[in-house]
Amino acid sequence: MAHLNPTPVLEPGQDRTMILNMGPQHPSTHGVLRLILEIDGENVVRMMPDIGYLHTGIEKTCEAKFYQQVVVLTDRIDYLCPMTNNLCYVLAVEKLLGMEIPPRAQWIRVMLNELTRINSHLVWLGTHALDIGAMSVFLYCFREREDVLRLFEAVSGQRMMTSYFRVGGLSLEPPLGFFDRVKYFTDRFPSRVDEYEELLTSNPIWVERTKGVAYMSPEDAIALGATGPTLRASGVDIDLRRDMPYSSYEKFQFKVPVSQDGDVFARYMCRVQELRESNKIVQQTLAGVPEGPIKADAPKVVLPDREKMKTQMEALIYHFKIITEGFAVPAGEVYQAVESPRGEMGYYVVSDGTAKPYRVHMRGASFANLQSLPKMCEGRLIADVVAAIGSIDIILGEIDR
Amino acid sequence: MALAPAITDLEKLKEAPALARLLSWNAAAVTSAKFDRDELTLYIDRPYIREACVILRDFEENPFDFLSDVTCVDWYPAEPRFEVVYHLLSIPQKDRVRLKVKLSGDDPSIESVTSVWPAANFFEREVFDLFGVRFQGHPYLRRILMPEDWEGHPLRKDYPVEGYR
Repeated sequence: MAHLNPTPVLEPGQDRTMILNMGPQHPSTHGVLRLILEIDGENVVRMMPDIGYLHTGIEKTCEAKFYQQVVVLTDRIDYLCPMTNNLCYVLAVEKLLGMEIPPRAQWIRVMLNELTRINSHLVWLGTHALDIGAMSVFLYCFREREDVLRLFEAVSGQRMMTSYFRVGGLSLEPPLGFFDRVKYFTDRFPSRVDEYEELLTSNPIWVERTKGVAYMSPEDAIALGATGPTLRASGVDIDLRRDMPYSSYEKFQFKVPVSQDGDVFARYMCRVQELRESNKIVQQTLAGVPEGPIKADAPKVVLPDREKMKTQMEALIYHFKIITEGFAVPAGEVYQAVESPRGEMGYYVVSDGTAKPYRVHMRGASFANLQSLPKMCEGRLIADVVAAIGSIDIILGEIDR
Repeated sequence: MALAPAITDLEKLKEAPALARLLSWNAAAVTSAKFDRDELTLYIDRPYIREACVILRDFEENPFDFLSDVTCVDWYPAEPRFEVVYHLLSIPQKDRVRLKVKLSGDDPSIESVTSVWPAANFFEREVFDLFGVRFQGHPYLRRILMPEDWEGHPLRKDYPVEGYR
């Protein structure tokens, strides 16, 4: 945060240029992102993102919490895909513990993760279109997003900060009639995506504003660490769900949308197609949710059922111990990555054998994707900067942590 | 599922493509290795880290062409105190490897890998900001998350969770 420093972070390179601060209060920066632009008239000569305005020290806080308590913090990193963060963290801890998760829990995790992806992409589509000037798409997207949030509320009691996954499974069995509600949503959702596409895909103004704008080559995308739709729109075919499957993703069939164009329109198309593919995955999970327990059989780690707690002495003791002392995790380290709506979300968890993590590092997809922004914008117009920011779909909470 | 014990014998791990490539390049660069929970960790000697990254990136059979993450772990009060951790991903082979470099507490500096992957820029700035590890050859090594005039490096273990009072 250079505003405290008397020396400017970026100085004009020549007489013709000037320095312009875009943000941190600019409405199209999706939070508190500050961009320092060196401009020559309307052209961007250089760009430097300045971040840190939302830094809350979550990684440091994690070191002072029990393993289970950290799940709550992971929601707050990327507030548009809480379930993906929950999943990534619990998978990392489960890998440290060497734990097997029952199939029912895994399937419900996949289902909720894909709903999260739909939720996140809807917010992205609405705000991205709003930035570029298409007001009404926002209203349509938030209509469906509300449906997804109601599903989250039904399953976890919370609309946004769900904290629904536990180390070892799920916190609760989904309520009665939940799967019917999900089915009702997924049956209608493809026609809703058609509506968005009708508004944008062949809209000449939209195409004019996005086609050929903010180009990034596949070599640059890899070198700059871009992941997710930002990378796939540049023609690099990698999706961790398909290529390095976790949580039984290998049991589902879905296509990974890839585009060779590398511009804003390509990123838009990749994400819109992902909406459809995610919906298909949810439908596949609905078709065969396995019966069985939702928690692993590990009494020292997983909280016992209320029923058992009230009738069995041992269950009560374990419950008391897990709540007051946490559970010890064998020493070691893991890096677990999942495909979040924005790209590779990675958790590096180090354990020293105690009940609190020694170190938790979050590799945020937005943090790395943001580095590709100057590459996209330098040499282009200021108006295109807005389109480019929207197209990489950044969440400042995840960048600053 | 019981945890399999970690394999730390270099001889047994020679099959791993990343280790084999590094050993054929310079056996002195890799000080030790560990295979634990299906993840391979290679300990690299500090002077060789940048070259080791170049070798792995340009490795033809199994190029580790993508830098996923750079971070650091502070093992205070043990010495060497810091471990800088690099996570590499091979996009063609879908393979991961973790490189680690140990740094002492009185001279926490290491060569930057920004010339190998520009992606390392933000990651190294973050490690510098929160741990105080200096990256030589970094184009713009300044604080990234904390304010410019902040004192101390918050993720060090001798930095209290609630800040100095």
